[in-house]
Amino acid sequence: MPILSLITYAPLIGVAAILALRFFGKAEDPGTIRASKWIALVTTLATLALSVLLVVQFNPNETGFQFVEEVPWFGDFNYRMGVDGISVLFVLLTAFLMPLCIAASWESITKRVLEYLIAFLILESLVIGVFCALDIILFYIFFEFGLIPMFLIIGIWGGQRRVYAAFKFFLYTLLGSVLMLAAILTMIGISHTSSIPELMHYHFSAGLQTWLWLAFFASFAVKMPMWPVHTWLPDAHVEAPTAGSVILAGILLKLGGYGFMRFSLPMFPQASQLFTPLVFALSVIAIVYTSLVAFRQVDIKKLIAYSSVAHMGFVTMGIFSGTATGEQGALFQMLSHGVISGALFLCVGVVYDRMHTREIAFYGGLVNRMPWYAATFMLFTMGNVGLPGTSGFVGEILTMTGTYHISTWTALVAATGVIFSAMYALTLYRRVVFGTITNPKLEGITDLDWREVAIFAPLIASTLVLGVQPGAIFNLTQASVDHLVAAYQAAIGG
Amino acid sequence: MGFSADLGLAAPELVLAIGAMALLILGAFLPKASQVVGWGGVLVLAAAAFEAATGPFGKAFAGGLIADQASAFAQVAIFASSAVTIPLGQNWFKRQGVDNFEFPVLVVLAALGMGMMVSAGDLISLYVGVELHSLALYVLAAMHRDNAKASEAGLKYFVLGALSSGLLLYGASLVYGFAGSTVFSDIALAVHGGASTGVLFGLVFLICGLGFKVSAAPFHMWTPDVYEGAPTPVVAFFAAAPKLAAMVLFARLLAQGFGGAIAQWQQVLVALGLISVGVGAFAGLAQKNLKRLWAYSSIANVGYAIIGLSSGSAEGVRSMLLFMVLYMIDVTGFFACLTALTRKGRAMETFDDMAGLFKEQPGIALAMTAFSLSALGLPPFSGFWAKVFVFKAALEAGVLDEVAAVVGLIGSVVAAFYYLRLIKVMWFDTASGPTDAPPIEARVIAMAGALFTIPVVWIALKWLYPAADAAARAFGLA
Repeated sequence: MPILSLITYAPLIGVAAILALRFFGKAEDPGTIRASKWIALVTTLATLALSVLLVVQFNPNETGFQFVEEVPWFGDFNYRMGVDGISVLFVLLTAFLMPLCIAASWESITKRVLEYLIAFLILESLVIGVFCALDIILFYIFFEFGLIPMFLIIGIWGGQRRVYAAFKFFLYTLLGSVLMLAAILTMIGISHTSSIPELMHYHFSAGLQTWLWLAFFASFAVKMPMWPVHTWLPDAHVEAPTAGSVILAGILLKLGGYGFMRFSLPMFPQASQLFTPLVFALSVIAIVYTSLVAFRQVDIKKLIAYSSVAHMGFVTMGIFSGTATGEQGALFQMLSHGVISGALFLCVGVVYDRMHTREIAFYGGLVNRMPWYAATFMLFTMGNVGLPGTSGFVGEILTMTGTYHISTWTALVAATGVIFSAMYALTLYRRVVFGTITNPKLEGITDLDWREVAIFAPLIASTLVLGVQPGAIFNLTQASVDHLVAAYQAAIGG
Repeated sequence: MGFSADLGLAAPELVLAIGAMALLILGAFLPKASQVVGWGGVLVLAAAAFEAATGPFGKAFAGGLIADQASAFAQVAIFASSAVTIPLGQNWFKRQGVDNFEFPVLVVLAALGMGMMVSAGDLISLYVGVELHSLALYVLAAMHRDNAKASEAGLKYFVLGALSSGLLLYGASLVYGFAGSTVFSDIALAVHGGASTGVLFGLVFLICGLGFKVSAAPFHMWTPDVYEGAPTPVVAFFAAAPKLAAMVLFARLLAQGFGGAIAQWQQVLVALGLISVGVGAFAGLAQKNLKRLWAYSSIANVGYAIIGLSSGSAEGVRSMLLFMVLYMIDVTGFFACLTALTRKGRAMETFDDMAGLFKEQPGIALAMTAFSLSALGLPPFSGFWAKVFVFKAALEAGVLDEVAAVVGLIGSVVAAFYYLRLIKVMWFDTASGPTDAPPIEARVIAMAGALFTIPVVWIALKWLYPAADAAARAFGLA
């Protein structure tokens, strides 16, 4: 059974069903809308079930790609899918967050609901495709096409300056991507293959590697996003609807890190080593600088967006440390950040749905009216800070220890970022949740309802489980990461 | 080779010539039967396409006509595109109160000219083909004769087209003077092992003349005005097939006539291509009228096709052929959408007119989105494959270094802005009033085209790719 293609295209079945409903019913009819929501939810849950099945069947001891599908297409192009220990986790993460996004939009999206659901389902399909693609052209197709649904999600259902944010998001990422396309075509031209596993074993000359690495870097650094090309992210986050922010922070940002691990390190090891100081410098700047920027924000979402940039700094640092610990840490950090930042954006969404503002100064004393909300928000704030016991801690400590042997100063400066993150995250929490209610408009605010509890429950569970039992994840990634690191170290002669 | 065998090789052209005359007579004697003439035109084009696809290959009329895989490939595409135009245009003219039978006859004559262009093996038949199709197009552009803008477009097109014909003729006479022959294969012999300055001079003039026909910058000035003024369905026609015909002619002339001077024309083509991409991308940013916008878009896209051709390899020609065929479908589809859209009888042509179109006409808005993204070259639309082929060929041939390829691709990021603006206007903005019901034929063409750009292209490439490959090899490049 071609399970990867099945997972990738399963959301499209939901799209077809919704389109059929749209065709036979009236678009604005409440019955149609309710049915479509259920279709979307069931489709995403089915995709989640399939991905769980994938992870269960996945053999963690194998280093290569599994569940490989290969069909010739036309010319020299092939349709190739497959997963290894690195990508299988991201498939699961995507499938895990999507039903939550649909549920989170259940009541907050009121206009063009069908189109919204379709955009999300297509996006899910494309993102899973990115992680499963084993052909570099196929990868690029999924990678790039994801821009369109996200462009529409920000542009149609976003906030005040949504058009500006959507254009900025699109053009920034497109510029990075076309450079990558030039590099991809050069690589195919030289190696005469577009298969990712084969390209991993192809040795490009050191001079060429430099250029190819830079072109890929342009794309992934924008996606990641790394300082100084991160400026699209706060705008996109602030203007996107809640679920859009969750997808952006939870999954789309991970495409950059995934790309570094899948392409930059194994295909251009010499260039990766050459540019490691650059990446370290940018990562450290991202960690320290954007943490300080986050501290000065007046908008809750913007604050969390900047904190995402800081956390992604740990990821790039860990990846380019080139050590097994660093890679494991980076992978874990991406996973954990996907859950925690997604949850934080959902926390913002909860109060935004009630009050329609994200201004920090508007809030205060929420704990008096929303105790359950306060407890939930507290947990994820702690996860964001990296408190031991939450998943946030594991990734940060591993990336730092992995980097420590390579560059002590980088790890030391990055460690200050942990303190900064405590500073901004706890301040945010204090100003929004603690104290007495001073704003009369907050008097009538209600606590979490059952739908919101149902959304947060899996996120809380995974944050805690990943925090105390990270070994379950490492078992899956161990073989692939060791393989990656061994190949990288052999190539750079380390 | 005997005369009758020669005639057999020219079967597609003969079918068109005889068919066009028969239709003309039919129309003249039965003026009320314009619809019959229209369907007759479609039939003639279908028969010619069938002849082209199945007909024998070889050289006829002392090398003046070459029927090979390349001409067959291009002719089938050209005749199909022309056939699509007939119902699209004729019904549009009927709605404007111009019910005439000349439209299909002119389209068939233009198709005949284009058919001759792609199978021309000599500078004379090249010129005759170019003139025949151009004259038909001038008339088509000005056919909406009560409309001042259309007349202006026709006149501009004619004057500048005449100028480019002059360049072509001047180049052809220089080449003839220095190479001693007008037949491509004889010119190739003369050029073999180094072309004289006179021949190169002639070659540059020929390239300039053809540059006008494909509207490559810096010979693009006529394009925006003509696109804006000419009737929309006519634009759908001459933005598509004539470009392919001229590009194939371009490729044949350069490959089979000037294969020995490859180093000389490569650099000219790279410059033409990159300038076109740049002009198309930047000048498009300032446009408010969608027809003008797509004129610039077509300048940029022709630039990409020329970059593919500049590779001077079989792969390069293949990439150019695929690019042009895929682009033809985009551009025809897009102008079919514009043909379909009216508000209270007035054509919708500007960005402002499109505001909130998704609410009014979701199908057409989706189709226009698909065509725009495809013309931008975003995966997985057909235009993406087109760009991939072109850049892959150019990078492999080494004619573009990485920096030039990046410059070309960045052109598409700049162009992304205006395509996105169209999508933004259609999807994000609030509607500006109901539109009229779109006519059925424009709608069908638009939807079929949109379905082709995604997802049919993924399957279609399975047979388009080998067909273009066989066609490209017919030019005899490495």
